[in-house]
Amino acid sequence: MDRRILRHLQEDGSLTMSELAERAGLSSGACWRRVEKLEVAGVIVGREVVLDYRAMGYAVEVFLRITLDKTRSNAFDEFIAAAQKIPEVGAIQTLLGRVDIRMDVRARDLAHYQEIYKGRILGLPHINDVEALMLISEVKNTEALPI
Amino acid sequence: MMELDDKDRAIIRVLKGDGGLNAGEVGKAIGLTQPAAWRRIKRLEQGGVILGRRVQLNKGALGFDVVVYLGVKLAAKGRVGLEDFERAVCAIPEVQLVQHVLGIYDYRLKVVARDLSDFERILRRRIMTLPGVGEVESNVMLSEVG
Repeated sequence: MDRRILRHLQEDGSLTMSELAERAGLSSGACWRRVEKLEVAGVIVGREVVLDYRAMGYAVEVFLRITLDKTRSNAFDEFIAAAQKIPEVGAIQTLLGRVDIRMDVRARDLAHYQEIYKGRILGLPHINDVEALMLISEVKNTEALPI
Repeated sequence: MMELDDKDRAIIRVLKGDGGLNAGEVGKAIGLTQPAAWRRIKRLEQGGVILGRRVQLNKGALGFDVVVYLGVKLAAKGRVGLEDFERAVCAIPEVQLVQHVLGIYDYRLKVVARDLSDFERILRRRIMTLPGVGEVESNVMLSEVG
């Protein structure tokens, strides 16, 4: 039953408690208690808004894949601390694989991206190599887990 | 594209911090009345800036301990349509994100798995058998900030 509730919530995060109860086939009191239990247990962390950055005028999204100079022991920490200060940088992830860091950069247009890239990104510490992937289209984007 | 003022941007920042807040709580955080905040949030939704809200689940608590980002190159461009690849990859439930990109790869994927052997199963049985798939590079996510 918990799984059924989570599946409905994953499908539509804007459901009210009574809509959710109806879809899960529960009374709204029972549904409310289960959701609260899942929140207290930390299974449901919260809710997030899904934003369209293109509608806000950020037409360019680039994923940077960065390898760091690992001969420096504090390369990761110093790089991440500096990268977080750039407002156009979104999520920063550390990875195990061919690249060390990946991060999103959003810009209004290509000229703006060029300005961020030359002015801010290339000035970050301990960079060994940078690869860029530019977003053409998002075919699928869900946080839903196969539960 | 929608014109945003400072108040709109403040609302977006507050909601990015906690998407579960209602109009009254958002208004309180930035010094607007509940009805004024509600009107602005509605306008952002109608203007397509706020696409919706979704629930955030704790992956680890549900047994998903591994997140892997894949770079995929298609082997036979043109022969197998992009649509065939896209349709098949979107149907894999463990694939959360499919992005068509320009650069050294054609697609970027995000895959969730229970553990590394579960990921190996998904990679071998589902990803490597996709129509038109060529070179695949995997990077396991260790941590995420921002």
